[in-house]
Order: sequence, then structure tokens, then C-alpha cells
Amino acid sequence: MLTVNNIEVVYSDVILVLKGLSLSCAEGKITTLLGANGAGKSTTLKAISGLLKSEEGEVTEGTIEFMGQKINGKDPEKIVRMGIFQVMEGRRVFEDLDVVENLRCGAYTRSDRAGVKRDMDLVFDYFPRLKDRRHQLSGYLSGGEQQMLAIGRALMARPKLLLLDEPSLGLAPMLVKEIFRIIQKINEEEKTTILLVEQNASLALQVATFGYIMEMGKVVLDGPCEKLRENPDVREFYLGIGEGGTKRSFKNAKHYKRRKRWLS
Amino acid sequence: MEFYIQLVISGLVLGSIYALVALGLAIIFKSTSVVNFAQGELLMFGAYFCFAMVVQYKVPWFWAFLLTLVFSVLLALLVERLVLRPMIGEPVISIIMVTIGLSSVLRSIVTAVWGTQIQVYEPPLFPETTVNVMGIPISQVYLWSFGLSAVLLALFGVFFKFSKAGVAMRATAFSNQVALSMGIPVKNIFALAWCIASVVSAIGGILIGSINGINIQLGYFGLKVFPAVILGGLDSILGAALGGLIVGVLENLSDGVLKSAFGLQGIKEVAPFVFLVIILMIKPYGLFGKKEIERV
Repeated sequence: MLTVNNIEVVYSDVILVLKGLSLSCAEGKITTLLGANGAGKSTTLKAISGLLKSEEGEVTEGTIEFMGQKINGKDPEKIVRMGIFQVMEGRRVFEDLDVVENLRCGAYTRSDRAGVKRDMDLVFDYFPRLKDRRHQLSGYLSGGEQQMLAIGRALMARPKLLLLDEPSLGLAPMLVKEIFRIIQKINEEEKTTILLVEQNASLALQVATFGYIMEMGKVVLDGPCEKLRENPDVREFYLGIGEGGTKRSFKNAKHYKRRKRWLS
Repeated sequence: MEFYIQLVISGLVLGSIYALVALGLAIIFKSTSVVNFAQGELLMFGAYFCFAMVVQYKVPWFWAFLLTLVFSVLLALLVERLVLRPMIGEPVISIIMVTIGLSSVLRSIVTAVWGTQIQVYEPPLFPETTVNVMGIPISQVYLWSFGLSAVLLALFGVFFKFSKAGVAMRATAFSNQVALSMGIPVKNIFALAWCIASVVSAIGGILIGSINGINIQLGYFGLKVFPAVILGGLDSILGAALGGLIVGVLENLSDGVLKSAFGLQGIKEVAPFVFLVIILMIKPYGLFGKKEIERV
């Protein structure tokens, strides 16, 4: 459905962030993209959704194809209309607007009033908590509710491909589980293809079917998620499980390096 | 007593026009975070264009009014495209300087084309007879101006609360990038903001021109609007409306009362700013301005 072919992204004409990245998303599946801070995960999503332009970034090499059409270089507005919707990192709800108005903004590109109304009910079905607070300013919602609103707002656009950038960021573990459960449910019920960027590797590898691992602007490892879960490097560096199959603990790690104490 | 009521009424009328122009300023600031120093000149340009239509080309008022609105939309699009769009992403201070430059240019064009004498609309837009409201004679210009401003303000209130474009404008005001990620065409929203600002200014210009006559001083109306907008909080529509009314009444009352009592000439021009400073000392965000929402 989505194919990213060997792309290079440069910010402000000098900073090379993605160095030949390729990935693809299968229709109706959840694909996950893992990696440490600064690996270029968010940049990859922004390259797909066209938001790079507003940050002086540019795809200089390679192509991004969505359902057979080349989309790199298009305006974000066009890309949303084609069916790709990005939920940006850090929730980013419109704090001065209430919940319903936020959802209406998500449906900006649609003109079928009845469908929008139906989808708003659908969003309230997925997130009953939003329904209770529908006329509250979204700036006053809790972090978890804001994340729900951000995802709900994306659903309002009826996207074919949903790009989720760290939906677990800054949420309590219980809420993270709830959000992930709903993401899976959306994928199953609405048949929405999802590209999920996460720091929480163990959870992401559980819900997704295929995974990519990025480092320094490149994909270094890919495969079906069951395979990745078994990979010793992934277990060591992303899941924190040692060779013995036991969870690594900071207790056993060396906390400091010995330093030279004398002056020469 | 009647004297004071007269003062308050003419203050309210003036204030409602301030409110209208303040709305334009607030819209531009809200969606593009640019403080538009050329607002007064947009108003002046609208007033003069209408003057040209009505007096010089003898166009009937109704059509002249419509043509002025169309013209002000075109002017706004031109300004937005040629002057402001290339500045997107530049520091705010540069953009503000650009609007100051724009105000000089517009002012010179008006001076070059129409000269600097006071002109009046002939025939007048509204009948010149007065009507009695509860025993107090009020000229019809005042009633019409107040009514028209009030209706327009209410319309814009509804527009921002309920229409898709209005909600999208507020969303854009909150964050351009997030709005972009929803597929909201942010550049068009900016252009729309300028169009609305230009149209309300032109209407304000015609109204104030019908009351006081038109001359180059109309440009300074833009400056007077600043206390109104800042008083209300730079980003609040309701605030702009109330700020406008307060400034209008204050200006007239200080003129009528302080000038005769203490012989303070020109207090009219200063009073709103004095009041503004006092209010800002007490409420730094303006009366209705948005404080950043902070969750605890």
C-alpha cells in the first residue's frame, strides 16, 4: 500500500537525517517502526505526510509511493485528501477548541455531513470518555484523553493509512495499554492500515505484524514481529532481556566508570 | 444630563466602529500572529474607494457599497500574496516592519490620487434627519452605524463558533503545523483572515466617513484601534468588541467632561491609552485575552 523507496531527507539544505531509508506497509496491517531517539522515525513519518516542508526539510532522493502514486513533494493537504493522516507526536490537540470542534477539524477535508456525523458517533463509541467531555476545552483534558482525542480526530478523516507517532508518550502504563487495545481494535474493525512509531518496543512488537528497526537514519533490521521478538540483538537492546532470558536490571549494571584519581 | 447621554451614545457608535476594525486586527493576529499596522490604511483606502464610486463616478450607493467590498477583498488578496506570503517564516519583527511600510505606501497612494482635503459622501449614505429615542434626538447615521456594526460582529461570532472555515481558522491560530496535518490549507486561511480584516475595515471606513467626512487622518483610526484590541486581549473576538465600545465611550466622555472642566485640549486622543496602561497593569493579558492553558 505504501512503499518508501530509498529516501534521503535533508533539513535546511545541510543536515542529512535519513540516509537511504526503505520500508513498506501492507494493506490492513499494523507495521511498526522502532528506534532510539534521533534515529529519524518522526522524520520518516513527516516525509510521508508532507509535513517536512513546514520544517524546512526536503526529500532529496528516492520516492514515496502510496497506492501506486508518487506522493513525495505533494502538499500535506493533498496527501490528507488521498487518505494518509498523521497523528503527531505529543498529542497536539487544539487546546482552545472544545472536543467536538477538534473532531470537526479532523474531518476538514470531507464534505459528506451525514458521514461526518456518523463517524463522530463512532469516535465516541471507541472513546466514551470523550463523549462525557465533548463540550470541554481540550486543553483541560488529561493527557490520556488528549491522546484519545488526537487519535479520534484522525479517525474523523477516514484515513486509509494512519501514521501514529508515539501514542504512548507521557502516559501512565495502564492508559498506554488501553490506547494500544483501541489501536488494535481500530485496525481490525475499520481495516485501517497503521504505521506505528514507538519507543515502547515490547508493546509495539506485540500489536504489529511487521517491524522495522532504525538507527542513524537507516533501517538496520526488519522482519515479521515474531521473528524480531526472538532476535537476540532486539531482545538485548530493545526489550531489555538478557541472554539467560531474564529481564535485565539496572541493579546489575555498572553505574560508573572508574576514573583516574591522581594528577600526573 | 442629556448632554452626557449624548456623549455616551456617540461614544457607543464610535466604539462599535472601533470594535469592527478591532475585529479585523484580532483576526489577523489570531490566525497569522502578525500585528497589522496597516489596518487604519486599509480602512482609509476603503473609505476613499467608496468615495470615488459614489461621488466621482455617481454609482448608486448599494452598488458602490458592494463594489467597495469586492475591491477590499481584492486588495487584501494582493497584499497577502505580494507582501506577506514571501515573509512567512521570517521573524515577527520583520513582518511588523513590513506592515508599517505597507501603511506608508497605501497612505501615499491615497494622497496621490485623492489629495488631502476633507471630502464628504454626496449623496449621504443615510438620511440626515434625526430620530427621537426616548426624547433624545439621535442622527440616523449613528443608529445605522451602530446597528450595522452590531450585526456584523454577531455574524462573525457565529462564523467562528459554528462554520467549518471559522473553526479551521481558530485551529490554525492555535498551531499552523497541526492544522496543516489535518489537511487544512493554511495559506488559504491566512488569505481569508486578511480578506475579512480588509472588508470589516472598509465598512468601518465608510461608516466613519459618513459621520466625520473622509480625509487622510482616517489612517490614524488604526492606531486608536490598538487600545481597543489590546484592552480586550489581542486574540479574543468578544474582547475586541467590548474593548472597542469601552474605548469609544471613554474617548467621548473624557472629551466632553475633562476638556470643559479642566481645559485639557486633546485629552480625547490620550484617554484610551491612559486607560489601557492602567488595565494592563492589573490584567496583563487584557480583559478577555487568552492565558496559556495550563493543566495542573
